[in-house]
Amino acid sequence: MVENRPLLSILAHIVLLLGVAIVALPVWITIVGASHEAERMLQTPIPMLPGDQFFVNLRQTLWGSGLEGTNTAPVWMMLMNSMIMALMIAIGKIAISLLSAFAIVYFKFPFRMGFFWMIFITLMLPVEVRILPTFEVIADLGMLNSYWGLTVPLIASATATFMFRQVFLTIPDEMLESARIDGAGPMRFFWDIVIPLSRTNIAALFVILFIYGWNQYLWPLLITTDTDMMTIVVSIKQMLEAAEQSPQWNIIMMTALLAMIPPIFVVIAMQKLFVQGLTETDK
Amino acid sequence: MAGITLDSLTKSYGPTEVLHHISADIEDGEFVVIVGPSGCGKSTLLRMVAGLESITSGEVSIGGKVVNTLEPADRDIAMVFQNYALYPHMTVRQNMAYGLKIRKMPKAEIDRRVQEAAEILEIAQYLDRKPRQLSGGQRQRVAMGRAIVRDPQVFLFDEPLSNLDAKLRVQMRLEIRKLQKRLGVTSIFVTHDQVEAMTLGDRLMVLNGGYVEQFGTPIELYERPASVFVAGFIGSPAMNFFRATADGLSVTLPNGAVVPTAQSARGGVICGLRPEHLVRDPSGPIEMEVELLEHLGGVTLLHGPLQGTDQQMVISLEGISEVQIGDRLRFSLPPELVHLFDAQTDRRIG
Repeated sequence: MVENRPLLSILAHIVLLLGVAIVALPVWITIVGASHEAERMLQTPIPMLPGDQFFVNLRQTLWGSGLEGTNTAPVWMMLMNSMIMALMIAIGKIAISLLSAFAIVYFKFPFRMGFFWMIFITLMLPVEVRILPTFEVIADLGMLNSYWGLTVPLIASATATFMFRQVFLTIPDEMLESARIDGAGPMRFFWDIVIPLSRTNIAALFVILFIYGWNQYLWPLLITTDTDMMTIVVSIKQMLEAAEQSPQWNIIMMTALLAMIPPIFVVIAMQKLFVQGLTETDK
Repeated sequence: MAGITLDSLTKSYGPTEVLHHISADIEDGEFVVIVGPSGCGKSTLLRMVAGLESITSGEVSIGGKVVNTLEPADRDIAMVFQNYALYPHMTVRQNMAYGLKIRKMPKAEIDRRVQEAAEILEIAQYLDRKPRQLSGGQRQRVAMGRAIVRDPQVFLFDEPLSNLDAKLRVQMRLEIRKLQKRLGVTSIFVTHDQVEAMTLGDRLMVLNGGYVEQFGTPIELYERPASVFVAGFIGSPAMNFFRATADGLSVTLPNGAVVPTAQSARGGVICGLRPEHLVRDPSGPIEMEVELLEHLGGVTLLHGPLQGTDQQMVISLEGISEVQIGDRLRFSLPPELVHLFDAQTDRRIG
């Protein structure tokens, strides 16, 4: 669209700049906060330009004991916990959903649609709704303070199953027939044809699910009491009220900054596939 | 190499029977075309031979062996689909090799076969491309190649040419025919295009509404169509039909014109006259007023009503005719070229 209305484009730019400012300002303040000494962040007005303590803070946050006066685990350990949890959730969800969608689309068995709707209905039961019974089950199974306890209840996924079902339905029937004539059994067909054809969708879902897993707050808060198992998102919140002293903003901001990096990295790495997965229809 | 026998094949979806007791013997190396209008069950029949549809009753044998319960992969067949069904994420080479790889054929043998098939089909330079980088005609060749490398007993074609443009279709038609003759593999080809059917098939099976109307060579179908349906389906432009009354060796058309016939019949009949068999004859019995002319170069098509009725007919004259719109012309034809069908059963008389 080529239009020449200067007033309109000036207005559009102002709106866009405001939007950018609203999104970017908190991130900027985080970066600034992470680069000053602890005392400087408690004075008013708070600084708007970065200081020179960035790498000092980084070292203290990552390898120091974290916050003074608390017994939290070092931040690198929490990052690792978060990473393991997010990966287990994303990979687990994708694996289970791929298989269940494959069963629902390509196999005829009694009550097939019944099972599909049973899975679908669990959309209405996110963790927050079933949190007490789920906690009870995990506690009885002795999975508190473990990676399994952190991830298993979050793995079953109606959304991903439904999405893969829709993806598989777009694969032409002839593809299956052709594979049958070529002599491919069901699992061979799954590995050689279905998975490669859903590659971009898997990538798109991985991005979404990784971030979903990374950002989990309520569930990890509930089932991890051991500081060694704490995830980074939970611990940022706890740092704020730690040890009845004024918050050490430089460390907290640095932790927040570190917590942002893995999701950003995943998005950047998978961006191309992600967009393809959401837009590509050519099968 | 093997022949195919269909023995009283029936297919039902629930209570609806869509194919009714189809029997046929297809000889080793024969090219059979199944032709019929859409929805006549021709693709279903092919898929039953392939093993992609279950068989409600009856038997399919390939090479003398009943294959009813065998998986498609175990029937020693290869199939070419209408939309080619190439695996989009594999290169042409991988597409062609996939079936052989599953069969655990040695790699050297796979390479040899793929190379050989690619050379036959002249796609050797595309072996490392993906299907989406190929044109429709090239994809068609890859689909053929995938069938050839298997070295099967039977080729099955499910309307493989209908996604191609008209010119390419004619070209591929001839190539499929040549290839089939060269390889000598028994083939079944499904199409709704009667010209494709006539040029490709050693024999044609005309299906209509789940019944076999006629099974014979293209010439048999043209010269002695077994029913009104076959007569109307085979030949272009289509045969002209008139309700008529037969009286021994002649029939009386609705306008009273008496046309001599070679076949004796009595009572109500349907009289079929091929457009290309009618010739100008000032004393002929059939009179037509020309309403529309189609100059196709090689032939001229005359459209208009049979004199005294409002029933449209078509006449095909050779070459470029000097006939004008509005002319009233008379035509005749040799008695042995008049086709008669029973008015009740639509079946051929004689």
